[in-house]
Amino acid sequence: MFTYLIKRLLFAIPIALAVTALCFSLVYLAPGDPLSAVLPSDASQDVVDLVKAQYGLDKPVPVQYLLWLQRAVTGDLGKSISSGRPVAEEIGKAIGNSLLLAGLASTLAFTVGSALGIAAGYRNGSGADRAMSAIAIAGVSIPHYWLGIVLVAIFSARLNWLPAMGAGPAGSGNWTLDHVQYIILPTLTLAAMPAGIVMRSVRALVADTLSRDFVTGLIAKGMGRGAIFRHLAKNIAPTALAVFGVQLGYLMAGSILVETVFTWPGTGLLLNTAILQRDIPLLQGTIFVLAMFFVGLNLLVDMLQPFFDPRIKRT
Amino acid sequence: MSAASLLAEPSPKQSSYWDDVARRLLRDKVSIACMLLLALIVLGALLAPWIAPGDPSMGSVLKRLKPVGTPGHILGTDELGRDMLTRLLYGGRTSLLMGMAPVGMALLIGGTLGMVAGFRGGLVNALIMRTVDVLFAFPSVLLAVAIAGALGAGVGNTLLALTIVLIPPLVRVTESATTQVRSLDFIEAARASGAGDGTIMRAHVLSNVIGPVLVYATSLLSVSIIMAAGLSFIGLGAKPPTAEWGLMLNSLRNAIYSQPLLAALPGVLIFAVSLGFNLLADGLRTAMDVK
Amino acid sequence: MSSTVVTAPDFIVDVAGLRKQFKVRPERFGAKPKVVHAVSDISFKLAPGATLGIVGESGCGKSTVARLLMGLIEADDGDVRMAGLQLSQQPDQLKAMRSKVQMVFQDSYASLNPRMSIEASIMFGPVVHGVPRDEARHTAHDLLARVGLEPARFAGRYPHEVSGGQRQRVNIARALALKPEIVIFDEAVSALDKSVEIQVLNLLQDLKAEFKLTYLFISHDLNVVQYISDQVLVMYLGKIVEIGPVQDVYERPAHPYTRALLASMPSMDPWRRTQAPPIVGDPPSPIDPPSGCRFRTRCQFTAQACAASEPLLQAADASSSIDHRAACHMLAATAGTWQPLIADGTEGAA
Repeated sequence: MFTYLIKRLLFAIPIALAVTALCFSLVYLAPGDPLSAVLPSDASQDVVDLVKAQYGLDKPVPVQYLLWLQRAVTGDLGKSISSGRPVAEEIGKAIGNSLLLAGLASTLAFTVGSALGIAAGYRNGSGADRAMSAIAIAGVSIPHYWLGIVLVAIFSARLNWLPAMGAGPAGSGNWTLDHVQYIILPTLTLAAMPAGIVMRSVRALVADTLSRDFVTGLIAKGMGRGAIFRHLAKNIAPTALAVFGVQLGYLMAGSILVETVFTWPGTGLLLNTAILQRDIPLLQGTIFVLAMFFVGLNLLVDMLQPFFDPRIKRT
Repeated sequence: MSAASLLAEPSPKQSSYWDDVARRLLRDKVSIACMLLLALIVLGALLAPWIAPGDPSMGSVLKRLKPVGTPGHILGTDELGRDMLTRLLYGGRTSLLMGMAPVGMALLIGGTLGMVAGFRGGLVNALIMRTVDVLFAFPSVLLAVAIAGALGAGVGNTLLALTIVLIPPLVRVTESATTQVRSLDFIEAARASGAGDGTIMRAHVLSNVIGPVLVYATSLLSVSIIMAAGLSFIGLGAKPPTAEWGLMLNSLRNAIYSQPLLAALPGVLIFAVSLGFNLLADGLRTAMDVK
Repeated sequence: MSSTVVTAPDFIVDVAGLRKQFKVRPERFGAKPKVVHAVSDISFKLAPGATLGIVGESGCGKSTVARLLMGLIEADDGDVRMAGLQLSQQPDQLKAMRSKVQMVFQDSYASLNPRMSIEASIMFGPVVHGVPRDEARHTAHDLLARVGLEPARFAGRYPHEVSGGQRQRVNIARALALKPEIVIFDEAVSALDKSVEIQVLNLLQDLKAEFKLTYLFISHDLNVVQYISDQVLVMYLGKIVEIGPVQDVYERPAHPYTRALLASMPSMDPWRRTQAPPIVGDPPSPIDPPSGCRFRTRCQFTAQACAASEPLLQAADASSSIDHRAACHMLAATAGTWQPLIADGTEGAA
């Protein structure tokens, strides 16, 4: 098991580095020279020279990358062009909101999806199974930003039950019961697609496991349904964990569309701002943080696998 | 020649695997419904210049946000007074192009890379698959946004961004399928006949690998169109005044209070196309499942 | 050494010193990689028009020999000449060899592309070698007829639509499509029902005579080998232990392993029973074969010399002019002790 963990860690490092390189190269993808991407167009010459020296823009690209990486790892992600504040500070404020939303949505998606998936798997082939699968496919096919708009149209515009946007007057920070209403619609919207995905994966897993011979053996032994369920859970646990982790990662990093719909003050909205304002440092910094989060989360899920999957060798 | 070899056989079936797949697919009602629906939408989009009732760019402020069912504008008008039905039809051209073209290109590029990686193995495989791993380290939406965001708005940039995002999963699926096929006896037999790698890949591997890859590509179509419209929704992708479903969803957002049905219309089409492709992919998978 | 029963002075197959090792990846970092000695120092010659049967248990290396001769695996060492060509991995030479030496595989279903029609599968080889498609199709149809499958009914079919025996006929037709001089059969009939097997074997005899072919027939089934072969080669753990005309080897086996194999041969003849004891012990692993003679750990005649050095092939019966050789240190001791039959069978102790 130890070798497994070490191997995983070692593999993650070059990938993480490659990811940082990709983030860094975004600046060069943008049309125009990198300097104009980092500075407002009306900056004076001294500022231009200062930034040039600081960013080492006169040095060869690999050196620039290393300089940037060094700064990024210590928390200096540059300054946002649109707001003037340090990028790291902006991200810090927003990331909590996104984590909250993503966490809630993935938990909801996982619970509902798993419950439906297990129910459908047990009733493999029946009418109930087909109905639930139909719901799952609808969930997977729905454009989440559209779902958000529809939910807002129904619950905000028509029924006026829930607010249409924002996170409430306090933003991140003091969360009171009053604020809960702001998070309901975004969570539901965000959870729809992953719920569908989880449901389909779990259903397939359950149906497959139940049809295996060892389950017939267990039933022949006289095991009750509860005991069989526990066996089942142990079998699907490693995959379920992986699915949950992946979903959390995707929701966290891919929440831009839903956050835009609800003007939810998270990293997704930051990205949106960055794009609209052509604020490259903000764009680069946010993508960097989100990508690192995704890589880290995947690594964590990978490293937790041995505790769930006995097939991975334990020494 | 022994008589036993001419034992009575049932009449020659002579049906290839693909004939069987087609037959099974056409018996599945859901798949047929999907194919019809998709054909309808695609056809509508293609024929837009001829069948659209109005002009997609001509609007009149007087006719803003007319509801569905208004005489003369059967699906209403948008926030600039343009006929919705026309805009939806024309929008289909852009949306479908942005959604489907990247899958096609990614299939070509990724499929070839995956087949080569799976067939050659060794260093070539390692090179290709590790590069793919790095791209996989990014969640797809983020990668699309990153590339499109850096490049700037525009249909071309979005096509490029989405193609790049879709290549890694296609490489993986093709590589996996190819690796399974590579170790089968008939590949060795083909080699024993004197064929080179390229000929074997073209004549033997392709026909055996294309099944699962096609199923996966079909399900990718549904994801791709959601992403393409989504990119337009946040300001990347198609630029106004181009008609495009995601863009229309965005510009109609403020109308949600006054004309919710109108505001939701473009999304219905995105949903329909996405659902259609997903169900079709499922149907294809089932049709291909039996040997 | 006396010459084999052959009229032509040139051998169509001349194998010398064929050797192949496979490396096994070590379990842990830093451990020494293990080596599987799959094929060690295989040498034999085959006259045109003859059939050489290669027998041995699973894992003895006979399939590896087949693949080495076909050039599907690259040999570590050895000199192979077939049909006047030198076997080499160089692409042009290898391709030229392909039109001289062909192979029929064991799994009739897996060796055909499920997505290709039967005629397309047969045509593939010739087309690769530049034959125009129409001509190749014509050849394919001719061959189908020749192996007993009516072209009108079978050409357009797919592998899953025909039976195992029919598929193997297709494989034979495919092997012949390139007009080879030598055909290697790797357990080609092992998966067939007995009644189908005999038909296919007879077909093979007819084809050999008609097309003037030379066969290498690999099998673990001694009965089949006896039926179809002129000469037989017995392999154990990658080495040749006995080689000679099939009748002679079967009636007067010299090597203890050959005797054990023959003793376990199923037979319908109630008079064919032997007193040879069964083999004792487990087969050793090809990763770490015993020193000296590889069979010594399971041999009843084993002596000190057996562990000391590897036995070379020598005449089984020095008094006979038949080229029948065995690799055993104890030939003097084993000679004359083979008793194929007990009771009052027509044949007594050899």
